[in-house]
Amino acid sequence: MQWLRSLFNRPEKPYLHPYFAGAVLGVVLFSAFLLTGNGLGSSGATSRIDALLVDLVAPTHVDNTPYLLKMAGGDKNPLDDWIVPVFLGALMGSFMSGARNGRLKLTTTKGPHISNSTRWLMSFLGGMIFLYGARMARGCTSGQALSGGATLAAGSWAIMLAIFASAYLLAYFVRKLWL
Amino acid sequence: MTFPLEAFSAVSSAHPWTYVVFGGIGVAFGYTLESAGFGDSRKLAAQFYFKELTVLKVMFTAIVVAMTLLFGAVGLGLIDFSQVWVNPTYLGSGVLGGLIMGVGFIIGGFCPTTSLAAASTGKIDGMMFMLGGFVGAFLFGETEGYFDHWYNDAGHYGRLTLDQVFGLSAPTLVLIFVVMALFMFWGAEQLERIVGGKDQSREPRLRKVGAVGLLGMAVAVLAIGSPSLEGRYQRLTFKRSEAITQADGTVQTLPHVYSADEMLSKRLVFISPAEAFKVRYQQEIKPVYLDVRSEADYNLYHLADAINVPLDQLAAAVPDMLTEPAANTVFIAISNDEQAAIKAWKLLVANKVPNVYILDGGVNHWIATFGTQDAGLHPSATAGDDQLRYVFAAALGDRYASCSPSPMKFEELDYQPRIVLQLKRDKSGGGCG
Repeated sequence: MQWLRSLFNRPEKPYLHPYFAGAVLGVVLFSAFLLTGNGLGSSGATSRIDALLVDLVAPTHVDNTPYLLKMAGGDKNPLDDWIVPVFLGALMGSFMSGARNGRLKLTTTKGPHISNSTRWLMSFLGGMIFLYGARMARGCTSGQALSGGATLAAGSWAIMLAIFASAYLLAYFVRKLWL
Repeated sequence: MTFPLEAFSAVSSAHPWTYVVFGGIGVAFGYTLESAGFGDSRKLAAQFYFKELTVLKVMFTAIVVAMTLLFGAVGLGLIDFSQVWVNPTYLGSGVLGGLIMGVGFIIGGFCPTTSLAAASTGKIDGMMFMLGGFVGAFLFGETEGYFDHWYNDAGHYGRLTLDQVFGLSAPTLVLIFVVMALFMFWGAEQLERIVGGKDQSREPRLRKVGAVGLLGMAVAVLAIGSPSLEGRYQRLTFKRSEAITQADGTVQTLPHVYSADEMLSKRLVFISPAEAFKVRYQQEIKPVYLDVRSEADYNLYHLADAINVPLDQLAAAVPDMLTEPAANTVFIAISNDEQAAIKAWKLLVANKVPNVYILDGGVNHWIATFGTQDAGLHPSATAGDDQLRYVFAAALGDRYASCSPSPMKFEELDYQPRIVLQLKRDKSGGGCG
């Protein structure tokens, strides 16, 4: 138990410099392309895990829903896709970084003028809206903006601009959440 | 050796190593994101109030670094760009989806991957975002049926890259993006100083060295340029299996890798008129008869359903042939003999058009096979190389009987099949699908 406690009580180290972190991320992204031909991503795994759950509860519903059919129809295993190990790896990797740098802490990150429960509700709603959009756009900030951006994919750049445009436009109206 | 490695093109339980590779990429991804501070929603949201532009800096540094390395490696012939997943463009669903994502971003304070970094380090808001995400993705699956047509067709351009959009070479665009990113970083630092009150003089000097280094790399990518067509042709490989009769009489099939020139010299890409005719009636193959002769020859006589793309216009048709034809499309290049068709084949395979074959002996061989009874066709004695060896009573195009031979009359044909369908990278094996 001693090591477990020490895992959570390490001195907190500062974050990496943004440009340095970006350069490392760029090398990681390039390595992904070099080795596998695929970039990075995560939102695809969310819908694949969803598809697995629906398939467990109501397999006939999967076979009647075109979007789920592609992932989990018949005897297809929705988790049989590169995005799933990347998703699980990302969870593990960020945990490792948090543990190493003393940033494992049960807490809530929020603006100074809202309560924890407001923040939780807003994160839940935000996550719901974000993933709805991410599935519509066939990828999120990782799968589209980052990976598609680096391969010069035209649609990915349009998506990236759309994400930033709407977030900036809305930012003023929800400033109470953050400022 | 060319990258990406085929063994890692998709995960499968048949190759457990693929899980390790993709898992490892995920670990590096998550580790970097957390180290950049993306597990903290305040850092992410600050981006949208111009107080701290970490998101922009990290993201665009990553994009331009990866882009520079990627197109440098493509230029050096290390990476085969056709095997790299490029998100297909769907402008309609992409832009609307992007606008929706922006709403989720500013309300929720995360994007999907950063919520993983937050949740796994104990941030309750990150866990809530993930939870909401599962609901949102589920809702999309449930509602997609209502706008399936729009989702799959609105502004669908397939694999489209910005160099094609702007008519610039990819290395030129890389340099432009690097310069733009550096300019943006400069602007971002000004904003942080003015709005966020941050003292930029305490920033490390090293970042300027990095900027110069990145710019230098982008210039190098431009100097390397795109791989030449000839270079790409020389690096092509084709897989075929070869039946070898052993000393004891048993036949063993062995896989063999051929170069493009070997495929020609061993005549493995030449399909007999009989096979070219028979594939019309095979469900699993969709033949495209690509007549590369002059329009005049084409008008005199051509195979039924053949499309005429004279050799000198073929290069312009390549993008169309690459943008997602059905995976079972087989292009059959046709000239009078073979000369022009071989040139067409070389051009197409060097451009990574899949499943290209040549009609053995061209139109002349076709007529010799199917048109000996055709009234109105007479052999000509004076034909030169790659010219029609027949005289035609009239320019009937495809209205001679032998242009579409009767499948009843020619049911039994003896030929050695040459077509080996090479299916392109499975679309579900790529992207954030």
